[in-house]
Amino acid sequence: MTRLFPLSMLAFGYAFLYLPIAVLMIYSFNDNRLVTVWSGFSTRWYGELFRNAQIGDALWLSLRVAAVSATASVLLGTMAAFAMQRIRRAAGRGAFEALAMAPLILPEVLTGLSLLMLFVMLSEAIGWPASRGATTITLAHITFGTAYAIVVIRARLSQLDPRLEEAAADLGATPWRTFVRVTLPLLVPAIVAAWLLAFTLSLDDVVIASFVTGPGASTLPIVIYSSVRLGVSPQINALATLLVVGVAMLIATAMLTLWRAERRSAP
Amino acid sequence: MNGGTGAARKIVLGFPLGWMLLFTLLPALVVLAISFTEKRLGAPPFTPLLVPGEGLLPDLNASGDNYALIFSDSLYIQAFAGSIRIAAVSALITLLIAYPMAYALARVRTGLRTPLLVLVVLPFWTSFLIRVYAWSSLLNSNGVINTLLLDTGLIAEPLPLLNTEFAVHLGIVYSYLPFMVLPIYAVLERLDWTLLDAASDLGAKPARAFFRVTLPLSMPGIVAGLLLVFIPALGEFIIPDLLGGSDTLMVGPVLWNEFFGNNDWPLAAALAMLLLVAVLVPAALVYRLARRAEVAT
Repeated sequence: MTRLFPLSMLAFGYAFLYLPIAVLMIYSFNDNRLVTVWSGFSTRWYGELFRNAQIGDALWLSLRVAAVSATASVLLGTMAAFAMQRIRRAAGRGAFEALAMAPLILPEVLTGLSLLMLFVMLSEAIGWPASRGATTITLAHITFGTAYAIVVIRARLSQLDPRLEEAAADLGATPWRTFVRVTLPLLVPAIVAAWLLAFTLSLDDVVIASFVTGPGASTLPIVIYSSVRLGVSPQINALATLLVVGVAMLIATAMLTLWRAERRSAP
Repeated sequence: MNGGTGAARKIVLGFPLGWMLLFTLLPALVVLAISFTEKRLGAPPFTPLLVPGEGLLPDLNASGDNYALIFSDSLYIQAFAGSIRIAAVSALITLLIAYPMAYALARVRTGLRTPLLVLVVLPFWTSFLIRVYAWSSLLNSNGVINTLLLDTGLIAEPLPLLNTEFAVHLGIVYSYLPFMVLPIYAVLERLDWTLLDAASDLGAKPARAFFRVTLPLSMPGIVAGLLLVFIPALGEFIIPDLLGGSDTLMVGPVLWNEFFGNNDWPLAAALAMLLLVAVLVPAALVYRLARRAEVAT
């Protein structure tokens, strides 16, 4: 291949990836109610967005669900990543890995349907969960968040120098002390990245939440989705712009943090 | 990792394992069980699988009707065929766009690679729903693309872009492009480019050297990328629902409609089990490829 063709494809690829979002952002400042007819710059849709109580409630619910599920995902993911390194028998490790990674490949409609059916059966059998809503959404999000957290934390764990832990043990540190003082600090960047990943995935999920939610618990993606299904709306453009900018800033920070930590710990 | 006392070890393994068994394995078994029941009015909206039998042992009240219906009704057969076809075609289109991108990324200055790669991955982290929504507003009959084309006089009336199979392909390619670029880049980045010098020293033209050397060596990345796009596209719901038309049949929306529209839990469960099988075949391939790569390094 000559150099010119790949480079122009690269430029085309970036345009393809970024132009649709850019257009959406530009039109969020369009004064016209008809989204695609430009009639001047205005921030009126942002104003209407901030006065929209339904979207405010949904955002608050989504943020709480995302924060709780990301925290639990990271805890479970860290434990699972450690456990995977310890399982000696290949067959046992393979089965554990397959089970842990399953949520990554299962289609969302399947995950959502199966968790809903589980919650219904459990509720029939033992009376828990009594109703569906924020709790069941959180449980569902922890389940797929953990799978992503395992991938991120495990990648970092496998890069750690085992001699550091051996040195700590040789110097008389108990396993727990070694973990808290040596391993955990080295894992912090990966844990932060995993938390942010689980958080943003939870904040974005519409399919699984639609299945497992109950009356009255509408997360932000569910509200956006039902509005989008009816057509393009300028308020949704404004909301989308804020979400994209917010999440992009979170992720850029996380990537920078990870990258810096890797450079610092590189031999 | 050395260590931990016995109790700590058991917690570290037992807690996540218990969670996965309860919220990943058990739900799959529940869906399997419900797929053999029949729809009824009431709560829950399906017949019990086990009914009181003679003595202490319950009787199994299983029915294969849902599967029989799926395999005899052209709607469901077309939905599966449509999912497989659309996922496969989209994966190939993604490859055609992603390969040159990955190639260029592997050839730019080392210092530029990380920021350029971050730019490829970043959209993947921003809301999937919003990215698909962005296309629906672009492709609309009074959307930006049609407005531009009309204003420049290239077309006389709006093109039907939204609610077509074309739009679904576009949505999948757009959403999963990073999944294709990354594995191909990973292979090309490690490629020994002196092999190409050798090929040209031996008289091979650049095109011949590419097709005989570079392309075969990038096959592991290409196969991984194709599968990584194909698998999620197969069970996709949001893209066909927002961008597809009434003639784009895919399993995801059909399953959704059986559940939310017709309240037919058993049929939705049977569709889910078949979708699971359809996804597990390529997923097993990915797993084997990853294993082989692990062994090789």
